[in-house]
Amino acid sequence: MIAMPARLERTQDRMGQVLRGLRTYPMLTAGLLLLLLVLLISLIGPLFVPREGVQVGSAPPDQRPSREYLLGTDTVGRQILAIIIYGTPLTLQIGLIAGAIGLGVGMVFGFVAGYYGGALDHLFRGAADVFLTVPGLLILVVIATTFKGAVSVMTQALVVSALAWMYPTRTIRSQVLSMRERGYVQLAKLSGMSGPEIIVRELMPNLLPYLAASFVSAVSAAILASIGLEALGLGPQNEPTLGMTIYWSLYYTSVLRNLWWWWAPPIVMIVIIFVGLFLISAGLDQVANPRLRRAA
Amino acid sequence: MSDTSLRMGQTRPEPAARPWEGAEIVLGVRDLRVSYYTPRGPVRAVNGVSFTLRRGEAFGLVGESGSGKSTIALSLLQLIKPPGRIEGGQALLDGKDILSLSEEEMRRLRLAEIALITQGAMNSLNPVMRIRDQIIDAWRDHGEPVNCREAEDRIRDLLRWVGLRPEVARMYPHELSGGMKQRAVIAIAISMRPKVIIADEPTSALDVVVQRQIMQTLRRIQRELGAAVILIGHDMGLMAQFVDRLGVMYAGKVVEVSPVRDIFKDPLHPYTQLLIASLPSLARKGQLQGIPGLPPSLLSPPPGCPFHPRCPFVMDRCRVAVPLLELKRPNRLVACHLYERDEEQA
Amino acid sequence: MPLGYLLRRLAVFLLIVWVAATVNFFIPRLSGADPVRERLLQMAAVGGTGTGTVEEVIKSYQAKFGLDKPLWQQYLFYLWDMARFDFGVSITRFPNSVSGMILDALPWTLVLVTIATLMAFAIGSLFGALVAWPRAPRFIHALAPPLLTLSAIPYYLLGLILVYFLAFTWRLFPLGGGYKVGSEPSWSWSFIQDAAYHSILPALSIILSGIGFWALSMRGMMITTQGEDYVTFAEAKGLRPRRIFLRYALRNAILPQTTALALALGHVVSGAVLVEIVFGYPGVGNLLYQAIRTFDYPIIYGVTFMVIVAIGLATLILDLLLPVLDPRITYQRS
Ligand SMILES: Nc1ncnc2c1ncn2[C@@H]1O[C@H](COP(=O)(O)OP(=O)(O)O)[C@@H](O)[C@H]1O
Ligand code: SF4
Ligand SMILES: [Mg+2]
Repeated sequence: MIAMPARLERTQDRMGQVLRGLRTYPMLTAGLLLLLLVLLISLIGPLFVPREGVQVGSAPPDQRPSREYLLGTDTVGRQILAIIIYGTPLTLQIGLIAGAIGLGVGMVFGFVAGYYGGALDHLFRGAADVFLTVPGLLILVVIATTFKGAVSVMTQALVVSALAWMYPTRTIRSQVLSMRERGYVQLAKLSGMSGPEIIVRELMPNLLPYLAASFVSAVSAAILASIGLEALGLGPQNEPTLGMTIYWSLYYTSVLRNLWWWWAPPIVMIVIIFVGLFLISAGLDQVANPRLRRAA
Repeated sequence: MSDTSLRMGQTRPEPAARPWEGAEIVLGVRDLRVSYYTPRGPVRAVNGVSFTLRRGEAFGLVGESGSGKSTIALSLLQLIKPPGRIEGGQALLDGKDILSLSEEEMRRLRLAEIALITQGAMNSLNPVMRIRDQIIDAWRDHGEPVNCREAEDRIRDLLRWVGLRPEVARMYPHELSGGMKQRAVIAIAISMRPKVIIADEPTSALDVVVQRQIMQTLRRIQRELGAAVILIGHDMGLMAQFVDRLGVMYAGKVVEVSPVRDIFKDPLHPYTQLLIASLPSLARKGQLQGIPGLPPSLLSPPPGCPFHPRCPFVMDRCRVAVPLLELKRPNRLVACHLYERDEEQA
Repeated sequence: MPLGYLLRRLAVFLLIVWVAATVNFFIPRLSGADPVRERLLQMAAVGGTGTGTVEEVIKSYQAKFGLDKPLWQQYLFYLWDMARFDFGVSITRFPNSVSGMILDALPWTLVLVTIATLMAFAIGSLFGALVAWPRAPRFIHALAPPLLTLSAIPYYLLGLILVYFLAFTWRLFPLGGGYKVGSEPSWSWSFIQDAAYHSILPALSIILSGIGFWALSMRGMMITTQGEDYVTFAEAKGLRPRRIFLRYALRNAILPQTTALALALGHVVSGAVLVEIVFGYPGVGNLLYQAIRTFDYPIIYGVTFMVIVAIGLATLILDLLLPVLDPRITYQRS
């Protein structure tokens, strides 16, 4: 009805929503708390646990958890607690970098496909669908085995980001498509705004919850992919990421040798991270789509 | 010339006899209250609504979008879902309060006694079922025989009655046009010969020509069936042509109930006056638009008369005292402090 | 089913296969070096398997791929080989043909993944539909949080946990493998029984972790569907709640869910590959793992290609199934 101050109002409204949200959206809040817990472990842990613990041979092998080695040690003499404290942020880092790249590419593709439509839409949506159908892990295996050599955390993130753009592309495209016909976009068009201008100034602010949800799921997918690759041995061999820890524990058959303190802690961390990310993205979905709010 | 003004000019010719007058009351709604409990507070969507429906009568319910029309329709069949709740009131169907029925009793009564043509007619049919099966489904759950020749004949007759070819029975909804879909919905609604048919904006998604055809079909069927109809809408032009009496809703309340002829000739409530005045000039399709001011928030309704922030005749007492829906003229109920009670009739 | 729809789906299938082949061809070449050649030379230098063998491999490899020809010709040769499922020979297990090795492993994977995925999809969808249904029994809602947590654990890590408790600690199931050590694969009843017994834990890890995923997406679809006008009208018709649930809400919500299944297949198979490794299951996942550890490139490329073809086929089947479930689809396209 009243078109003029709508955007300002909308932004302010959003701010208010975010504040109220923490109470109204228990899923979002719980997810943020879980991730905060993970971050705290990675931030405060280094104050108490020296980094030497992740070095091979820094401790006697195969020690059960004890007062000296709180989470025990692995077969090559690394301390599991140190691995968790110094490895978890590496895994998060890979996820965040790859997720950001994925979201960036997905935004460009999604906005262009959704806003301009036509041949561009066919191209980008088609590409996203085809690459979604293909099992990402195998493509990443092909990439990783081909470009073998010293993999760093950064290269791992880049490899994983190769397949992190499809979901953002799809969701953003369909949202843009549904928004394109709304009143205020039409109004902006009539008042002579250019395509990119409309995308940045009209569509983006309204898509914020979707973009945030897309980012979170892209991060989650990237972490899943990187852990999967690492479990195959295709990761930063010299870094104690969670996935590499899983790989080494499989490599040295830790389950059959009853070294539960080796494989259980990384799994627990991975589960906390995934549950946290999942709750955040589900919470953001609720923010974006009020219909999901009931029956939580 | 817009066709609205044409229609306005030829408001229903004076009926020779008004069959509903003096006819027995089939449905009496008393002080119906429905709220939706949203995170931002309770929305009093229907706030003490009363009206009566006589056998064979066509009763119209108009009001802006959000004034509570659909909520009334749904609550009469106990179809309000959380966060909504029927807070109080009665709906007497042949003297029996249907709001106090158990869930199973209510289910049996739906369609068999009161049929509701829900809002959003274009999507009211299950997209993956043939029309025939959607009729059969209803019969089956009401204990009617369905696996016999007779049932097939009934379906054919039913479709013919609403003006559809028999082949439609085997079609899916996406194979039908908008008007045909709405006819199919009407066929389902009358398939058990209900006493009351509630039609919630049955033609809002259709173009004007089809609208008229559908309304004529509905009207014809109503007469042949002898059913009473509650027609919900916001198209005053359509109301003028098809209903006998009209109730005007504003912010969850009925503010005026009058014979349709009187309401167009001499609207009493200031809101009704504005509606009628705004019709031919501003709104092309005769829909309710262009009343100055914003509709009130149902979250925190203004004290006193809900219309007072927008009312041109607002007086001091309007801001404090809620006007009751009372008989102010013969046959005319109005909720406004401008009028004295019609003592003669009261 | 109209021909146009059929052709369009077939085209998508061919497109997927073509992308798979092309990725396999160009990624190695993008790296600048030829990883297969390098690997062969490296092996020749070490001389582990006997120099004679390695030279034979190099010879067959060069003849096969026509490495002296221009790139576009190599590409066409390559596509032709892929079309015939000819992936060359294994580097480490010369002269075994890669397609033969894949053919041995593929049935194990196909059976495991198909059964486990269909079960996870069916149970999860039903469960999710019930969670979204206001009249569902209370215990359904109590089950939701643990299942959702399970869905956050990657298949193979759940597998690890299951092995530790059910196989290692309580000894209810074998620790791994596809059949008893020492027995030979055959079609005898006792072998099939044994194989089924060995597949329970791998399947369970896919199913348990999948149920939550499918339940969650079905719940979303059901909430959307329950708000549809046709469900409200079905209620107004006085239908029994069970009929509304099954024939109106669930029946419609399953349509987008089926599309979601087609899209998730790649993800599911990626997870299954890792499950096989955890369990030492004799499918393509394990074959791939051995190949990665020895950088046996023909196997890596062959497995990737075959798995993508299999997924493309599964997607095609789902696409052809969809018009049966949804009368609108063929109508729109014709
Ligand atoms: N499910 C719901 N949750 C919250 N508020 C609702 C819901 N349904 C309707 N309302 C509110 O109730 C009021 C009346 O709605 P409705 O009966 O649909 O009006 P109408 O049919 O006259 O357009 C509106 O203000 C609307 O916002
Ligand atoms: S009661 Fe007062 S404010 Fe309300 S409509 Fe009548 S005159 Fe206007
Ligand atoms: Mg309505």
